[in-house]
Amino acid sequence: MTGARIARIVLGILFIGLLAAPPVMKRISARRAADRSQADARTALARHGFYLQEVSQVAGINFAHQSPALDPKLAPIMPEVASMGAGVSIVDFDRDGWSDIYVTNSAIGSKNALYRNLGDGTFKDVAGELGIADVNQDGTGVSTGAVWGDYDNDGYEDLFLIKWGRPELFHNDHGHGFTRVSKQAGLPPWINANTGIWFDYDGDGLLDLFVGGYYSEDIDLWHLTTTRIMPESFEYAKNGGRKYLFHNLGNGKFEEVGEKLGINSRRWALAAAAADLRGTGHPDLFIANDYGVSELYFNDGKRFHEVGEQTGVGFAPKSGMNAAFGDIFNQGRYAVYVSNISEDGILIQGNNLWVPKEGTGGDAIKYDNLARDFGVELGGWSFGAQFGDLNNDGTLDLYLTNGYISLDRNRSYWYDFSKVAGGNSTIIGDAKNWPAFEGRSLSGYQTKRVWLNDGAGKFVDVAQAVGVTDTHDGRAVALADLWNRGVLDVVVANQNGPLLVYKNTVTPENEWIEFELEGTASNRSAIGAQVALLWNGQQQVQEVSGGSGFAAQNQRRLHFGLGKYPQIEKAVIRWPSGKVQTIDKPAAEQLHKIKEAE
Amino acid sequence: MSQPMTAPPTMPPPASASPWKRWFSLENRYIAPIFITCILLGGHLSFGILESYKKTLLAIVVSIATELVLGRIFFHKWVHPASAYITGISVGILVRSPAFWPYALCSAISIMSKYVLRIKGRHIWNPSNFGISAMLFLVPETVASLSIQWGNYLLPMVVIWVLGSVIIWRLRRFHITGIYVASFIAFAFLRSWITGSPWQSEIAPITGPMYQLFIFFMITDPKTTVRSKTWQCIVVVVIALVEMVMRLNQIVYAPFYALFIVGPTAMQIEIWMDSRRASTANLAAH
Repeated sequence: MTGARIARIVLGILFIGLLAAPPVMKRISARRAADRSQADARTALARHGFYLQEVSQVAGINFAHQSPALDPKLAPIMPEVASMGAGVSIVDFDRDGWSDIYVTNSAIGSKNALYRNLGDGTFKDVAGELGIADVNQDGTGVSTGAVWGDYDNDGYEDLFLIKWGRPELFHNDHGHGFTRVSKQAGLPPWINANTGIWFDYDGDGLLDLFVGGYYSEDIDLWHLTTTRIMPESFEYAKNGGRKYLFHNLGNGKFEEVGEKLGINSRRWALAAAAADLRGTGHPDLFIANDYGVSELYFNDGKRFHEVGEQTGVGFAPKSGMNAAFGDIFNQGRYAVYVSNISEDGILIQGNNLWVPKEGTGGDAIKYDNLARDFGVELGGWSFGAQFGDLNNDGTLDLYLTNGYISLDRNRSYWYDFSKVAGGNSTIIGDAKNWPAFEGRSLSGYQTKRVWLNDGAGKFVDVAQAVGVTDTHDGRAVALADLWNRGVLDVVVANQNGPLLVYKNTVTPENEWIEFELEGTASNRSAIGAQVALLWNGQQQVQEVSGGSGFAAQNQRRLHFGLGKYPQIEKAVIRWPSGKVQTIDKPAAEQLHKIKEAE
Repeated sequence: MSQPMTAPPTMPPPASASPWKRWFSLENRYIAPIFITCILLGGHLSFGILESYKKTLLAIVVSIATELVLGRIFFHKWVHPASAYITGISVGILVRSPAFWPYALCSAISIMSKYVLRIKGRHIWNPSNFGISAMLFLVPETVASLSIQWGNYLLPMVVIWVLGSVIIWRLRRFHITGIYVASFIAFAFLRSWITGSPWQSEIAPITGPMYQLFIFFMITDPKTTVRSKTWQCIVVVVIALVEMVMRLNQIVYAPFYALFIVGPTAMQIEIWMDSRRASTANLAAH
């Protein structure tokens, strides 16, 4: 046998080996994942430190979201254009010390629900009697989310209703009812928005409001004059809705100042969140946009400056659907999680975990996408996600829900979707050019992700093992200690599906501490207040949020897992007013209610 | 993708021509790499089509390294890297994966296919078509080939069309591209009639800029297309036909797979006919 012949045989074997290696590796890792997911509650508790049990029915929650039926001209692609609207937010609206749940509905005539926590493990829908249920009426549009904030500092959380339609502000009348004050507040007649957040951008002690438009605000989705309402591009669209920044004037009125202060974008916003990313004392604004790049606005307290490209988060365009902050390394710096689309063999955008680059900070802060390195990149057609310490081990975990349109399990719309999405803007931008759905699914029936942070730079998905087995079309995720047990429970709003409540059981070895803050010089909701907890030689920072994730708001109180045998050194609170308050050695296993020092 | 400029049936510039004139001559083997590099840089700088330069660089380096090593082993010479560069850069543009390894693997198997899958001394698959098709088929959970970059806008497509057409015309292979486009459009209307989908949606794929790389670089590859102009036209119509059948079956990467199947089949038929003709000629000579 000649040398050339031997070389050819060796090359042939190597060639076949290279072709065979990926499928073999895939089978091995799939088997490992299957092994990891087979566990009962006891095993999950022993192995992962917690398990989740879906208890909505037992808790008296029987809510089913309904999608809107828009203009008949959109009928062929209705499942796609009406694919959002399920939102959930946590609020203690009556200040009884128990977290309540507000959930949105999106069909004309459908009712939103406010589940009052009765404190005995059950909830009761009181939205109707309090006047915030029947808010999806013909001619006024439908709900797509809700955020709560005490805009008038009277001690009770008020409700801003995000809509495709007439946005609504409801004043909380001391927990006994709600009064619609949208008109007096000066809100515009129509916004097609999917995101809104409360934050005090100028530190004047009054909560301001950001609202991000999705479809253009001059479109009434129920009475279309044109079918040219779709994005002009799948990844570079700038024909979406306007962005609004409503400055709270303090007399029940708001002034729209977005464009004046530098927020001037028509990208298709789906999620927004605000936090002080640079330690300036002013909350910066992160916007995750569909059909394009994310935007990051630095806030100097007076103006906003878009720095997405400069910081690295706004260069590669994807389909941003979530914005959540978490100090995942316990280093006092926030990472930002943005969800996108991944579908095997068709579109692998991958989710983004934007982590501050080592050695950068302040105005020169830069971010790296470490989602792949950390194992939180692939989550299907991902939507809402939130950081929270689910097993109280002292590191923040990540809960992600997903799934776009679940119809016929055996027929997919992906081929038609990819066909049009690659076309010229004149084709993609007109709804009438899109092939009919005809009952097909699009990334439907997806399994969720519950990524446990091992504290050493890796997240491992344990969703199936800890009991998260639903395959609904998940949209919004909110975390809250629903039963005041020192653990984070999970509430998930599903499009065209039920509201799920996952009750958490955590190993008692892991301890916890919670803080409930109330501003005095700062806004009373304490939105933007930051707690740095120092224990066992590490520190974790969390910030009170006025809305994060996708169409969601977590509980107002801050929950820290501490792990075993914690030695807490101190908690340092930095209020939006700039005041700093230190609590030495706060006791673990307690909720600490702290008022801003006068 | 291919090396449409590496074996063109064109006259080289005269030896007396100035170096500058030679450099800018369309017969220059560097023009294809320069063209595709311009597409890459233009796309990335204007629209950010690449998530990172590193992945594309990895694809290029692995592609060239594999070519150099295998060329040295099997042909006992350093093979010119222009062809491997085009393959590498094509992999860098067309493969979309969050991981690094698919870029390296795709480049390696693309180049290796030229050395392993040979019949009578000719490789029959377009290297990057083979590599990308294999990756899409074998590891769909990690690899996708996106065709939605460049903003769905007209301008980038016009630029690629004009530049690509000029080059392909000079190489006397524009008929392949032209007939493919005409066939695609005709079959698009046929598909629209069959499925009831809007005709715009059927035309849509070819209006995306990334699709142009397929029609200018992959299907025109001189090394993996048949020699006769008539048969080139017939083969490209068959590719469009097979693509249509696949599209009717909702196969997302129909063009890649159609070329993957039809191209080598046509090559084998040509090789078989060549050998029959040679046998007949030998018999006649004796």
